[in-house]
Amino acid sequence: MQTVSSRDVPNNTTVEIRLTFSVDTHIVERIADFVNDGILDAELIDVESEHSAMSACIGAQATGVRTFTATASQGLALMHEMLFVASGMRLPIVMAVANRALSAPINIWNDHSDSVAARDSGWIQLYVESSQEALDTVIQAYRIAENKDILMPVMVCLDGFTLSHVWEPVDIPTKAKVNQYLPKYKPVHAFLDPRKPITQGPVGFPDSYMGFKRMQQEAMKRSIKAIEKANSDFRKKFRRSYGNGLIEPYKMQGAQYAVVAMGSLCGTIKHVVDEMRKEGKKVGLLKIKAFRPFPTEHIQKAAKNLKGLAVIDKEISLGSDGALFTEIRSALSGQGKTRISGFIAGLGGKDVTPDHIRKSIETAMKSKETKEEWLQ
Amino acid sequence: MINNIPTDELFASGHRACAGCGQALAVRLVMKAAGKNTIVANATGCLEVFSTPYPETSWRVPWIHGAFETAASVASGVDKALVKQKKRKKVNLLAFGGDGGTFDIGFQALSGAAERGHKLTYVCFDNGAYMNTGIQRSGATPKYAATTTSPAGKKIHGKTEFKKPMPLIMAAHGCYVATASVAFPHDLIKKVQKALKHKGLSYVQVFSPCIPGWGIPSNMSIESAKLAFKTKITPLFEVENGIVTITNRPSKELPVEEYLSRQKRFKHLSQKEIDDVQSHVDTEWEKLAHLEETKVRIS
Repeated sequence: MQTVSSRDVPNNTTVEIRLTFSVDTHIVERIADFVNDGILDAELIDVESEHSAMSACIGAQATGVRTFTATASQGLALMHEMLFVASGMRLPIVMAVANRALSAPINIWNDHSDSVAARDSGWIQLYVESSQEALDTVIQAYRIAENKDILMPVMVCLDGFTLSHVWEPVDIPTKAKVNQYLPKYKPVHAFLDPRKPITQGPVGFPDSYMGFKRMQQEAMKRSIKAIEKANSDFRKKFRRSYGNGLIEPYKMQGAQYAVVAMGSLCGTIKHVVDEMRKEGKKVGLLKIKAFRPFPTEHIQKAAKNLKGLAVIDKEISLGSDGALFTEIRSALSGQGKTRISGFIAGLGGKDVTPDHIRKSIETAMKSKETKEEWLQ
Repeated sequence: MINNIPTDELFASGHRACAGCGQALAVRLVMKAAGKNTIVANATGCLEVFSTPYPETSWRVPWIHGAFETAASVASGVDKALVKQKKRKKVNLLAFGGDGGTFDIGFQALSGAAERGHKLTYVCFDNGAYMNTGIQRSGATPKYAATTTSPAGKKIHGKTEFKKPMPLIMAAHGCYVATASVAFPHDLIKKVQKALKHKGLSYVQVFSPCIPGWGIPSNMSIESAKLAFKTKITPLFEVENGIVTITNRPSKELPVEEYLSRQKRFKHLSQKEIDDVQSHVDTEWEKLAHLEETKVRIS
C-alpha cells in the first residue's frame, strides 16, 4: 500500500517516527524514501521499539510539531501504555495501524485484535476499506486531531496485507490542495519552549484525575461532529467521501436486513449485497468507519427500520463476544425489534468468503438470533 | 553567583520531597548548571511525583513527563522537534530518571537514544532502589542492602548481587560519561556543563542519598554521600572519548564499614559480608585506576 505515506500527507514541521514491523513496513519504508529523496521535509527517528516510537511522538508533538508513526499488532501492544499518555496529554498524533493478529500463536496476518484491544485508550479510531480511503483518512485525521475543540490522537486502521501489501491505483492529491484543506500546524496550547515554561504530564491526584478523564470524554463526543465536518469538507475539496465519515450505508434504501462490519471486508460484503439484491433480497451494508467515538445515534437511525442485523467481528473479546457486536447491541438496546446476530470471522488472516457473508445474512433473516457464530 | 554557583533557582522550593532528600538537592544543582534555556524530560519516580502535584509545579523550565521508562525516548522526540524548528542550538535538553528508570526499565530506551546519538544529557539520580514505590530492589541496589523485595531474612541477607556497572555500560556506547555526587556541588555542576557541551547523548550519574530508603536521619544525606566517596563506594570519574579519568580521589580513605554501619539497610551485615563488600570495592577501584593508567579506550 503506497498511499498512507504520500508526500502530501504530513504537511510541514513534521517528525516521523519509525520502526519497521512486517505489515507496516511499506508505510515507513516509503516515508524514508520521501525524506531521503528530499520530497518530504521531515525529521525521521529510527527508534528501537514501538514503545519508544510513541514516546518520541509524544516528546516531539509536545514540543510543537506534527508527528506521524505507523505500527501493527505486537508493536501496537508494546506501545499500549503510551497510547493513554498521548491521549491524556491531548496530543494530536496521527498513527496508521496495519491491523494484524496478536500472538500466540504468532501470526502475521490480518484481523482487528490489535486496535480493538486499544479501543479504551482515548484515541479516535477510523477503519478504512481501501487504499484510497486510507490515504484520504490520514489527511482528514490531522484535521480532526488538531481541531482545537478536539485535540485527540487518531488511529487510522487499515487491514494488514489486504490493504498494506496490495498495489492498487490511488489518486494522490496535489500538495497545494492538501495544504488548503490542512493548514500549517500551529499548536493550540503552550508547548515546550524555554521562553514560556510549562509543566506537561504532572501528577493528577483523585481530586483532579477524574475531571481530566471527563474532559477527554467530552472531546470524544464533540469529535463526532468534527469527523463529519472533516469528511464533508474533504468531499467539497477533493470530490470524494466515505459516508458521513462515521458510518457508510451501502444499499440501505429499503433494506430489511444488513451486515455490519469494519475495514476491507466491506468490499466483499458490497459484492455479496449486490448479488443478493439481484436475487430480490432486501439487504444492505452498514459499514462502521468510526469505532471510537462510537456513532451510536447514527447507527440507531440507520438501523431503525431493519428486521435483522448480522454483525461480523474480526476479533473476539475472549470470554465475551465480538467487540463490534457488543457495541451494536448496546447502541440498539431498547430501540425496537431489530434482531442482532453476531459472527466471528477472519481471525489471523482466515479468508472471509462471499459464502460466509451470505451465510451471516441468511442467519439474520431467520427469526432466531445467534450470538457468536464462527465463520470458519 | 555565590562561590561560582548561579543563584537562579529554576527548581523552586516548596515541593513535597522528604526533608534531606538527596535527589531534590541534586536536581537544584543540575538546573543551576543547565540554566533557563533548558527543557527537561522526566521519568516517573519520586522527582516527578513530589515536584508536580497538579496544579502546582516546581519547574521554572519547560518540563515533560511521559512514563517510567521513557525519559530518553520522549527526549529523543523533543530533540528532533527542536531540530525541525531550528531551535536546537539554543536549548539544553536534559532527561532525568532514577536508578530504576535508568538501570532497569528505561535501559532499552536510553541505549537506543545513545545509539542514535540524540543531543541530550541524561542524568540518573542514583539512590539505589525504587524508592518512590516503597524501596524495592533495582539493578543499582548495592549487594546485601535490605529492600522490601530483598529483605534481610534469616537465610538470605538482602540483595544477593552487586550493582550493575551502568556508567561503563554507557561509556561503551561512546558517550561522554561522568559520575558525580550531591556532596560535591562544584564538581557536579562542572560535569553537567561539560556533558551539555558534548555531541550526542551524554550520561551523568549523580549519587543521591535517600533518607527513608537507606534508614538514615534527615541531616545525614550529604554526610552519607561524603562517606560513600571516602570509602570509594562511589568513585567520581569521567569517561571522555573512551578514556577514563578519576576526577577526585579521597585524601583519606576509609574502610567501607564507616559507610555501611550508619545505614539501617546494612545493619544486618556480618563481618564476612562487610569484607566481601570491601573486596568488591577494592577490585572495582583497581579496575578504574587501571583503565585510567593504561588509557585503554572503552569505546
